[in-house]
Amino acid sequence: MTMHFNDETFRGDYTYHNSPEAIRRFPFPFDQDSYMYSVNIEQHPGGPKGTPFEFKFDVDEHYVAEMKDREITLAEDPLRCQSLPHMELAGWDLLELIMVSKARDYPDLFTLHRDGNDWHWINKPLGIEKKFTFLDPTTLPCGPMEYITRQTQGDFALLHERDGNLWMDAGMVTSQADWSLDFDVGMNFFEWHAPVPKARKMGVFDKALKFLLAVGQGQHYRRLNWTMTVNPRLDTSPENYHKWGPEKRTITPENVGQKQFLRVELQTFFRLPRSNALAFPIRCYLANLEDLAIVPKWGRRLHRVLRDIDPDLADYKGFAVNQETIVTYLSQFDDGAPTSPGIFPDA
Amino acid sequence: MKLALKVTEVETLSPLVKRFRFEDPTGAELPVFSGGAHITVEMPEGDIIRRNSYSLISDPYDGSAYEIAVRREDQGRGGSLYMHTKVSEGDEITVSTPSNLFQLDLRARKHVLIGGGIGITPFLSQLKQLDMEQKPYELHYAARTRDEAAGLKLLPEAAHIHVHISDEGARMDIGAILDGQPLGTHVYTCGPEGLIEAVADQAARLNWPETAVHSEAFTAPPPGEPFDVVVKSTGQSITVKADQSLLEALEEAKVKVEYSCRGGACGRCQTKVTTCDGRILHNDHWLSEDERGAQQDIMPCMSRFKGTRLELDL
Repeated sequence: MTMHFNDETFRGDYTYHNSPEAIRRFPFPFDQDSYMYSVNIEQHPGGPKGTPFEFKFDVDEHYVAEMKDREITLAEDPLRCQSLPHMELAGWDLLELIMVSKARDYPDLFTLHRDGNDWHWINKPLGIEKKFTFLDPTTLPCGPMEYITRQTQGDFALLHERDGNLWMDAGMVTSQADWSLDFDVGMNFFEWHAPVPKARKMGVFDKALKFLLAVGQGQHYRRLNWTMTVNPRLDTSPENYHKWGPEKRTITPENVGQKQFLRVELQTFFRLPRSNALAFPIRCYLANLEDLAIVPKWGRRLHRVLRDIDPDLADYKGFAVNQETIVTYLSQFDDGAPTSPGIFPDA
Repeated sequence: MKLALKVTEVETLSPLVKRFRFEDPTGAELPVFSGGAHITVEMPEGDIIRRNSYSLISDPYDGSAYEIAVRREDQGRGGSLYMHTKVSEGDEITVSTPSNLFQLDLRARKHVLIGGGIGITPFLSQLKQLDMEQKPYELHYAARTRDEAAGLKLLPEAAHIHVHISDEGARMDIGAILDGQPLGTHVYTCGPEGLIEAVADQAARLNWPETAVHSEAFTAPPPGEPFDVVVKSTGQSITVKADQSLLEALEEAKVKVEYSCRGGACGRCQTKVTTCDGRILHNDHWLSEDERGAQQDIMPCMSRFKGTRLELDL
C-alpha cells in the first residue's frame, strides 16, 4: 500500500483539498433525509474496505498536513494539550493502542518492534524513528499522550472513571468544533455537555453515560457527529473565535459551494486496559458542498436535512446565519427523487 | 468478549480456598488489566452454564496468565463447588475479558486497602499495580484464624502489609488505621458487609469525603426458595430453582438479558418489573433504597422473589 499525502494548509490560504477518492470515502453522516439526535452507536472498527471505518485509526491523504497544523496550534497555545497527573498511565495505554493498531493496519507506513518494555517505533510519513522504554516517561521527549497524538489525526479526550461518572482529565484538542479543553478539563460528562441544546431533557446523556460506563475491554464503538464550518479550518476553537468567527460572514451565493464545509466527527470509544480509562478519539473530516454534491445521493439528502432541520440545532451548529444561502445552493442538486437508506454512495 | 483458556495450575491455599491459573492454550498474550478487575468464569454442567465473577489476583501488567482464588461455599449455588471439585489442571475453561468495578483512584496521595477474609483478592492485583506505579499504600488483611487466612501465601512480607488474626488477639482496629492518615488518602474495603459498613462509618466519623471511600461487596448470588417468573412479551412462565439465580433461569430459558458482573454491582442487568404480587428479595448493591421499596426494578443476577406473581418487562 502506498499513500500520497497532500501538501495543503488549514489556515491562511486554505489550500486543503479532497481527491476524488477522498470524496468517495467521506464519512457522510446522514443515513436518512432528516436529522435529530440519537445515540447512533455502532461497533468499531468494521465497514467496507477503504472506508474510514475499516481500521481502528484511519490514516488518509491529509495525515502529514494535519500533523503540521497541530504543531502550529500547539506552538501558539500549549494548553491545547493537558494531562492531569493521574492520567499518565492512560496516556501509555493510548500510545500502545495506537502504535499497535497502526503498525498492524498500515505496515508500509508504521513499524513497531517490541522486546518486553523496549520499544522501537518508526513513523515513515513523519520521518520519526524512536527507541524508548514503555511506561518510562523519561525516555520520551514529552508525555506519552502528547507524543502519540502529535502523530495521530483527530482530537483525543481521555476520560477517567470514578463515582459512577466520566471525567475529562486529559486531552489533545486542536481540531475541535468550538469547544475548549482548557475550559472542560476536569469536568464530568454532564458538565462538559451542558451547552448542547435539548439533549439533556431528551435523556440522551443519561443513556449515553450508562452505555459508556459499560464499555468493556476489547469492545470498541463509534458514532458520527457533524457540524458546518466556513473554510477548511481544523482549529475552530473558542480561543481563536476572533479568527474564524468573522469568516462566517464571507459566504455569498457565488462562493458557498467552495467555502462552506460539512465537518464530520468520527467519534470512537476504547476502554484502556491498565488505567481502566476511556479513550475518546474525535476525528475530523472536512468536505465542501461542491465536492459532496458529486455524489448524487448526498447532494439530494444534504439539501433536505439542512432545509428541514430544527432551528435550535442550526443555531448550535453555527450555520443559521448562512442557512438560506446553503439551502438555495443545494436545491440545484435535489430533483425530488427518493434516496437509498444508509450513508454510503449508491454503487 | 470471551477467552477460551486452559487451566495450568490448581493450588490449595487453605482448607477452603484454591488458586487457579489460566493461560492461552497457544501461549498467546492475554489482555492486560487494571488492579481490582475481575473476570467471569463459565461453569457448564449438563444443559446449564453457571457464571461466577472472581477478582483477578495476578500481576495486572503480565499477559502470560490470569489467576483467581476461589473460596468453597458449601451453602452456595454450586459455582464454587464446581471450581473446587470439577476443575483440574489441563482442563479448558471459558472466561470473559477483564472488567473493573473496583479500580484504584490514582488521584489519591495514599491508598489504604482493607481486606477481610476472601475479600483480600482484589487487593492482590491492586498492590502489584501500586508497586509498579510507585504509589504509597498500606494494606490490612483481617482473618479469624491463621489457618483460614488463605491470602497469607499470596502476600509479600513488607512493612506496609499488616495481617490481623483475631484468634491471636490481633483484631483489626479500624479507627486506629484511618485516624491520622494524610489528607488525600483513599480507603478501599472488600469483605463481609459488616466490615464495609464499619469502615464507611469510621471514615464518616473522621469526616473523610465520601468520594475517598470505596468498597466492593459483590459476591455470588445466594440460593433460596424456588419461585416462578413470567416473561411479559411471551407470557412464558419460568421456574427459578433453589440453587439457580433468576438470571441463570432466564438464560436457561433462552431469554436474553444483558449482564456483566453477575454480582449485583454493575447495574447492567437491571430489569423493569411489570407485576409484583409479593416481595422482591433485593440482594444487589445497585438499586437505591427508594428503588427497592418501589418494587418496579429488579437485578436478576442477585435478587429473588417471594409471592404469587412476578412479571418482568422482557
